[in-house]
Amino acid sequence: MARWGMVIDLDLCNGCQACEIACRSENNIAVGGSQAADENRTISWMKVHAETEGEWPQVRTKFIPQPCMHCDRPPCTMVCPVGATALDSEGIVNQIYARCIGCRYCANACPYLAKYFNWHSPSYPESTLPGLNPDVSIRPVGVIEKCTFCSHRLQLAREQSKAEGRPMREEDYIPACAESCPTRAIVFGDLENRNHRVAELAADPRAFRQEEGLGTHPKVYYLSEKD
Amino acid sequence: MTDLERVSSLPQDERVLLMPLVRTTTTFWIWAAIMVAITLWGAYAYIYQLRHGLGSTGLNTPEYWGIYIICFVFFIGISHAGTLISAILRVANAEWRRSITRSAEFITVLVIGFGAIQPVLDLGRPDRVLNVLLHSQAFSPLLWDVLSIGLYFTASSTYLYIPMIPDLARIRDLGLHPRWLYSFLAIGYTDTPKSRQTLEKMIGILAIVVIPIAISVHTVIGWIFALTLRPMWHSAIFGPYFVMGAIFSGIAALIIAMAILRRVYNLGAYFKDVHFNNMGLLLLVMSAIWFYFTLAENITVWYGGEEAELATLYSKLTGSFAFPFWLMVACCTIIPFGLMCRKATRTVSGTVVASVAVVIGMWLERFNIVVPTSLHPRVGVSLTHYFPSWVELSIMAGTFSGFILVYMIATKYFPIISIWEIQEGREISVSDVSERVAGYLPDDMDTVKS
Repeated sequence: MARWGMVIDLDLCNGCQACEIACRSENNIAVGGSQAADENRTISWMKVHAETEGEWPQVRTKFIPQPCMHCDRPPCTMVCPVGATALDSEGIVNQIYARCIGCRYCANACPYLAKYFNWHSPSYPESTLPGLNPDVSIRPVGVIEKCTFCSHRLQLAREQSKAEGRPMREEDYIPACAESCPTRAIVFGDLENRNHRVAELAADPRAFRQEEGLGTHPKVYYLSEKD
Repeated sequence: MTDLERVSSLPQDERVLLMPLVRTTTTFWIWAAIMVAITLWGAYAYIYQLRHGLGSTGLNTPEYWGIYIICFVFFIGISHAGTLISAILRVANAEWRRSITRSAEFITVLVIGFGAIQPVLDLGRPDRVLNVLLHSQAFSPLLWDVLSIGLYFTASSTYLYIPMIPDLARIRDLGLHPRWLYSFLAIGYTDTPKSRQTLEKMIGILAIVVIPIAISVHTVIGWIFALTLRPMWHSAIFGPYFVMGAIFSGIAALIIAMAILRRVYNLGAYFKDVHFNNMGLLLLVMSAIWFYFTLAENITVWYGGEEAELATLYSKLTGSFAFPFWLMVACCTIIPFGLMCRKATRTVSGTVVASVAVVIGMWLERFNIVVPTSLHPRVGVSLTHYFPSWVELSIMAGTFSGFILVYMIATKYFPIISIWEIQEGREISVSDVSERVAGYLPDDMDTVKS
């Protein structure tokens, strides 16, 4: 059984935010506009955090792309009263939009703030409507949504490889963020499969995970910067 | 003969205690009208929220919970007034309880619904609330909460109703209106020594059973926060702290209710200075315990010095939440302790001032628990603040007035002081207590077998 995971090399990330944009259009993420931004109600399954250190002229900015960590021991799934979020057999933390009651307990339980709430009905500028992805459902007002590792792509990849009568290859299933990264900072694959690059990188001495001490066992690894 | 004439000709206890059922003053109608108006305004605000989604609140990311969850903890806390206080006083055989248990139990039963609806008001999809039953996920503290509040409501309603049966039967026998209501509720009870004995046995059992249930309710509410990994929520003291705080605010709410009832229904002969004095002493003890718990909560965080926890702590001690934090300390400790530690200020007005402070302080306590932690996530920096919108404030006002309204109505249909328990007190209390005290005295040496 696969255990999907991601490695993000912070040395390679240049903060271009292509992953954010790719994620938005792949997953039909609502465009809240400046009002949502002012109210701190934007949704961004993949978010590039920028941390600026030091003072001019010795200034350094660190970029940390942050998707859902897809924890192996997710605090969000345990607290959901209706089982609308769960860890599936291949390690993806999913969200059942049609069952979610919108109590936001999972959002509070998540130490990584990876869960987003639909404060308003989703809205899209006219120009983006033709580009909506038919493979991803649009979330109604009042429910939680989150990064799914583009699990609809996993389904497609699985069907494709089955139709072609071959096993699934590493490059068959890649989330939109990893696919779009121009510096290839984001690597995705099966952490259990030794032939996948992600498994090799996750074992790198530079690899770390956010808030490891909390015992959530995230499946998103980072490679720290070489100074 | 009208109901009023009937009641006017009764002996003192029944006459005074049944009078609110048959005579309604203009002042009552004015206050009821004001409460109805505020409640309807709150209902309108909720309809507005239903139409526009939770975007009409002041909530945001990561301030996911606000006024509704604060009020949820607050109202369920107030509901501990009745059942727990009255049960403890009953179990402890405190004779002075007789005139206050009923009014306390009514607070419990009537406020609990207003508390229980708060998380529903807070839902993004209230239309799916039944999923909690259809797709229950037994590991969720929220589900434990639904169960314990449901159980608590059932138990405390029973605990209100059973001791009221003899009074209901008496009202039925007097033929007060609406007759169908009283004859239905009195379930054919006749006040014989045998049935009285059965009744008291049931009350005795119920009083013991409701105590652990009441404790479980607020413990689980504390665990909703404590079982997450959020800084300053993930704290072992939260279960006991919440239970203790609930009793504290419950006592304060009860004192306020007693003072109002005493004034509007001329119950000075029943809610006497000694009752306020004793309740004031309870308030004194609880305010000291509250200080101890709060100190324990904060000092462990401070000494441990974990970064994420300290950020939350300092936002309360010196940061943007310093005002609500120190106001809470003043309202929960300095004011009630200062007033209640002196006999001279343990008067009706003194206890009421202290109680109003405690009620405000305990609301602030829940604010200080919910909001600062929400705004200090472990990962990432939050640049937001939380300002409740008019929708949230209107709904909060509506639930307060809704509770006051149903409490007012309840006093018009049910005697707010237990008539039979007062009469029983007159008949047997003195001899019971003398006997009890005699039992404490040392025996004659000669009669003791060694």
